[in-house]
Amino acid sequence: MMDAMGIFDMVLALALPWLGWRLLASPDLFRAMVLFISLGLLMALTWVRLQAPDVALAEAAIGAGLTGALFLSALRRLERLSEAERRLAFAGKREEEDEIPPERHRRAKPVAYGLALLLLAVFVLLLAWSLAQTPAGGGLGPAVGEQLGQSGVRSEVTAVLLNFRGYDTLLEVMVLFLAALGVWSLTRVRLPLQDEEPGPVLATLVRLLAPLMIMVAGYLVWIGGSRAGGAFQGGAVLAAAGVLLLLANVTVVRQIPAALLRWGLALGPLLFLLTAVVCVAAGGNLLEYPPQRAGAWILLIESASAVSIGVTLAALYAGGRPPEPPAQDRGGEQGPGRDADADAGGRQ
Amino acid sequence: MGLLHNLGTVCILLGIPFFISGTIGLLRFPDIYTRLHALTKADNVGLGFVVLGLSLQADGWHTVARLLLIWLLVLIASSASCHLVARAALRKKIEPWSRP
Amino acid sequence: MSWQYSSAALFLLLAIVAGLGRILRGPTAADSMLAAQLFGTCGVAILLLLARGLEWEVLQDIALVFALLAALAAVAFALRTWGGTER
Repeated sequence: MMDAMGIFDMVLALALPWLGWRLLASPDLFRAMVLFISLGLLMALTWVRLQAPDVALAEAAIGAGLTGALFLSALRRLERLSEAERRLAFAGKREEEDEIPPERHRRAKPVAYGLALLLLAVFVLLLAWSLAQTPAGGGLGPAVGEQLGQSGVRSEVTAVLLNFRGYDTLLEVMVLFLAALGVWSLTRVRLPLQDEEPGPVLATLVRLLAPLMIMVAGYLVWIGGSRAGGAFQGGAVLAAAGVLLLLANVTVVRQIPAALLRWGLALGPLLFLLTAVVCVAAGGNLLEYPPQRAGAWILLIESASAVSIGVTLAALYAGGRPPEPPAQDRGGEQGPGRDADADAGGRQ
Repeated sequence: MGLLHNLGTVCILLGIPFFISGTIGLLRFPDIYTRLHALTKADNVGLGFVVLGLSLQADGWHTVARLLLIWLLVLIASSASCHLVARAALRKKIEPWSRP
Repeated sequence: MSWQYSSAALFLLLAIVAGLGRILRGPTAADSMLAAQLFGTCGVAILLLLARGLEWEVLQDIALVFALLAALAAVAFALRTWGGTER
């Protein structure tokens, strides 16, 4: 019956903006985070209703799972910033605020609302304009369908992402790589060495879920060739395994060699870039695979990218470069000099 | 086929009241510990009925296996997170509710 | 899509929307967190129902990912946001 689904869509369409508004308006950070996790879930359902299972899959893994864990852990760190540190961090801003007289505040409010309304109106106009410009024949879908046979995969989305518009994905992978580099260059991750006993429930949960997550990540990359799935979805699930291990603070995490993590981080971008260069050198265009072997190339690139995306997202969650292994700890020498040494060793 | 299909439909429809009672429990129960019951018990039974009903209507064994795996994962996730949240609440010295 | 799947999915969505009230009311952080957990279970059920009703197997994969990551937020909450050791 179409009616029930119609109501379903209406409820989704009403709940989504309401939820977004409540989460932005919430004065309580924690509540806003929980609302954000719920928004991720409703968002995934919405993508399903919009016939975009690939995006729904990514939203399920990133929006509802990873970002939730990231926010919840970040909240604790925010709370742990002592009052003194917070005052220090916001000192400049607060002084500035104090100088603004209250009447200017009162005048600023209508201006801000007016600007917001203006922006909204422009956005709606642009949306209407682009809708009017869209050709009635279903956009680029038929064109992709015609060329699908040459792409090496059976999924239209994967064909576009990895073959027809491969350089977009190449750049995306690079952006993620740069983000991880940025985080790694800022600080070293501080894993608590002495942790409380994780408890049998958490230990079992990690033992059950982490291997399954890695398996499902592989499954998603594999299935990406024929239907929804692919490197980003697989990588996100892989990262979830990493985040779970980091949360439970199991010993394995501390024992992963930093060099392995660095290679894992670089594997996808390196292979992608190498493929692009080889394709150009062989006389073709950038990322123009030989049509007979396109499927194999795409699977290879996707697998490597999934590993790198997984390591990248987990590294972004951890919030720093790998900690110094205890074996290489030369002791005594503290401070920036030691950091620089360790980095030089790791980058060889 | 027809009988199994109808049985499956009955199971699916049986599951829905469990979800609804879970939500009512979440809204009406007095404290965190009782709400934990509402969620982790009622909802998983509801999902169990839905999974059972869908399995009865499934086309092949691989679909049934996947449905069962999903149910099992949800069971593991909700029981473990129920335990962790309850333990954290006890450590926060939140008093369990008792009839006044 | 036949009526039983769509109406069941609709009821589950309404259960989610009703549960939003608990997030907004609290009172403790754990209550809000639990409500989000409930949404996960309901969301999995909705996806499975739609997967069958629309004959769209991909939705089972999405439900699988949801089920797999359902514990993640709760674990992060119990270990990092709330409780855990003071470090």
